Amino acid sequence: MNDKIKEPLFHIVKRDAPPISRALAVRAVAIILAMILCGIVTTVTTGLDPIQVYESLFVGAFGSRRKIWITMQNVSILLLIAVALTPAFRMRFWNVGGEGQILAGGLAAAACMICLGDKLPNALVILCMVVGSLAAGALWGFIPAFFKSRWNTNETLSTLMMNYIATQLVAFFTIVWEVPKGSGKIGIINQDSNVGWLPQLFGSRYILPILVAVVITILMYVYLNYFKHGYEISVVGESEKTARYVGIKVGKVIVRTMLLSGALCGLVGLLLVGGINHTVTTTIADGQGFTGVLVAWMCKFNPLTMVFSSLLIIFMNRGASEISTSFGLNQSYADILTGIILFFIIGCEFFINYKVQFRKKSAKEVQ
Amino acid sequence: MKKKLLGLLVGVAIMGGILAGCGSSGSSTEAETSAETEAAAEAEGTEGTALSELKAGFIFLHDENSTYDLNFMNAAKAACEKLGVEMVSKTNIPEGQECYEAACELADAGCDFVFADSFGHEDYMIEAAKEYPEVQFCHATGTKAHTEGLDNFHNAFASIYDGRYLAGIVAGLKLNEMIENGDITEDQAKMGYVGAYTYAEVISGYTSFFLGARSVCPSVTMEVTFTGSWYDETAEKEGANKLIENGCVIISQHADSMGAPTACETAGVPNVSYNGSTIDACPNTFLVSSRVNWEPYFEYCLNSIAEGTPIAADWCGSLETGSVELSEFGTAVAEGTEEAVNVAKEAIIAGELHVFDISTFTVDGAELTSYMADVDTDADYTPDHEAVVDGYFNESGDGLRSAPYFDVQIDGIDLLDTAF
Repeated sequence: MNDKIKEPLFHIVKRDAPPISRALAVRAVAIILAMILCGIVTTVTTGLDPIQVYESLFVGAFGSRRKIWITMQNVSILLLIAVALTPAFRMRFWNVGGEGQILAGGLAAAACMICLGDKLPNALVILCMVVGSLAAGALWGFIPAFFKSRWNTNETLSTLMMNYIATQLVAFFTIVWEVPKGSGKIGIINQDSNVGWLPQLFGSRYILPILVAVVITILMYVYLNYFKHGYEISVVGESEKTARYVGIKVGKVIVRTMLLSGALCGLVGLLLVGGINHTVTTTIADGQGFTGVLVAWMCKFNPLTMVFSSLLIIFMNRGASEISTSFGLNQSYADILTGIILFFIIGCEFFINYKVQFRKKSAKEVQ
Repeated sequence: MKKKLLGLLVGVAIMGGILAGCGSSGSSTEAETSAETEAAAEAEGTEGTALSELKAGFIFLHDENSTYDLNFMNAAKAACEKLGVEMVSKTNIPEGQECYEAACELADAGCDFVFADSFGHEDYMIEAAKEYPEVQFCHATGTKAHTEGLDNFHNAFASIYDGRYLAGIVAGLKLNEMIENGDITEDQAKMGYVGAYTYAEVISGYTSFFLGARSVCPSVTMEVTFTGSWYDETAEKEGANKLIENGCVIISQHADSMGAPTACETAGVPNVSYNGSTIDACPNTFLVSSRVNWEPYFEYCLNSIAEGTPIAADWCGSLETGSVELSEFGTAVAEGTEEAVNVAKEAIIAGELHVFDISTFTVDGAELTSYMADVDTDADYTPDHEAVVDGYFNESGDGLRSAPYFDVQIDGIDLLDTAF
């Protein structure tokens, strides 16, 4: 008789919710493997000593006091963006418009600095900037949400398209406000009077964004996990029909959540323009509106663990570029290393959620 | 179905994230120590610091793939090697807070001299200069040093309009050759120019190029288009193609990519380049290229620091200092070009020939007898200095500023678009 069923060599089985320690261990292994592969790639292609390479990776991110501060500042900005996008993503509302919402907020802040700089006292200008940035970001989030809730339009497309509108608006106002004439750049706004510059806390220019990031991250965690709003967001995300059945007004939740998400992105724009760069350019968000999506996904929308993934990405970013040129390599080399590490980190999620079962010999014998 | 869509979206989002993450540029440090100490030995015994103990930091907007930055990098390397100064450089520094941070990191690392190469770096260099009064901060193409009142912040440029004028002579002679050969009539002698922005540096550049050409080919006219970016290969290529379609028979450009030169090579239209020779990529159409050689400036700064003498707030290099250079000529240039260029060059150096001589051009049909230029940078573009002296427009003049401020639109040049 030959009626035995042919069993494949292996099959993939979903794991039960793995314990945190295990999930962490898998991630740690993934990072170590990524580092080893990076080392091999580096040695094979360039002939450099991998230990030296890792060393300059750390030097790039933490080599001096200033470097540590800059790294922390960049981490807080990326973290804030990821946290800002989180409520929308928990609702399964694909907000890929972070970039545009940041730019809208930044543009509003810059507009206040330029137009009100010599008309109002500093404190009032800053107040206008805060209100303006949050409102502009919220507006950029509201428009796609409104269309989604009313006519069920595709939010991925509309949020993405809002990015282009924001970029073009910034490009337009760059020409309006350019100094000197024709140069196509605004330069530092109010460089002499410092009007509209967000205050330096404790004498350091780096602390404010870090503090804001810490506060917002904690608040967001509490909001999502311990408030009715957060629960409504999760229900809408799981199933709109269920939400409707239990009496949640889905449209209202969508609009409310996107107002929040957009306003927080606008806050990032405020920090970038008023606190860090003191100017606005079309590239001020530097693609982080998208990197933030990656951070949020990697952490399954848990604001607290986003601290670590933002740190990892910024660490790699700063460290890898240090590697690439301290050894006379091109910037693209840093991108390759970052790519390898991200590949491993995203790939390891598979092994956290699934396991591979090989065909068992014993099973054969029984038959 | 929904699940599939979800998966796809996740994929797209993650890919977007990865690309964005990878695309973002970071800062980087490159340290090079020069072993040569002969020059340092010479400096010993004078006041200040020995050259061999100096450390120079350089900030570049891009890396060596950009011809603009490569021009600076080569000069920095050459100057530091010649003087025996230790060199540290940071590449891919955007025109934002990153520039301030890079400048501070260089100062923290013990640099006595910090230089940034891009126009948009200026404000951030000023911020760093305020914080480190003992370090000398120098910046190319900037406009603010003479009004900022900082002892340790300096601007520099060169009279590149002289170089462009000479390159214009090369173009004009080529036009004359075409007319003689019967390829075009005198009325068809039209040049095209791809500019970045309607900024004084660009206007000064194309006007001097045009005046150079008209000094040998009186019937020449020119069309100018703007891309709205200092580096946009596609836009520059499109711009050049548009000009060629409009009937321009020679193209030049003031933007940093290979867009215009390669479009010219494809179309077989002669090209006058900038920043460096493009003869390798465009062997059939390359005529000549003008560029600023920054080595004399770097040497001047480092020597000044070593001797303990102040660096000028505005330093403008010239043909004489070796700061303005023409490349070797391409194979397509007309006969007698070298002689004509040399004659003009001697006249400029001797002070007999001024590029912006007001008798050679008109504005709205009238001679330009007086012009108030916006020399001191302000948000309202207030005209503040008389620029016409002794019968010529005093571009990058002594006591004014090194960066160009000639922004007059002269007759004979047709601007196709001025949106930027």
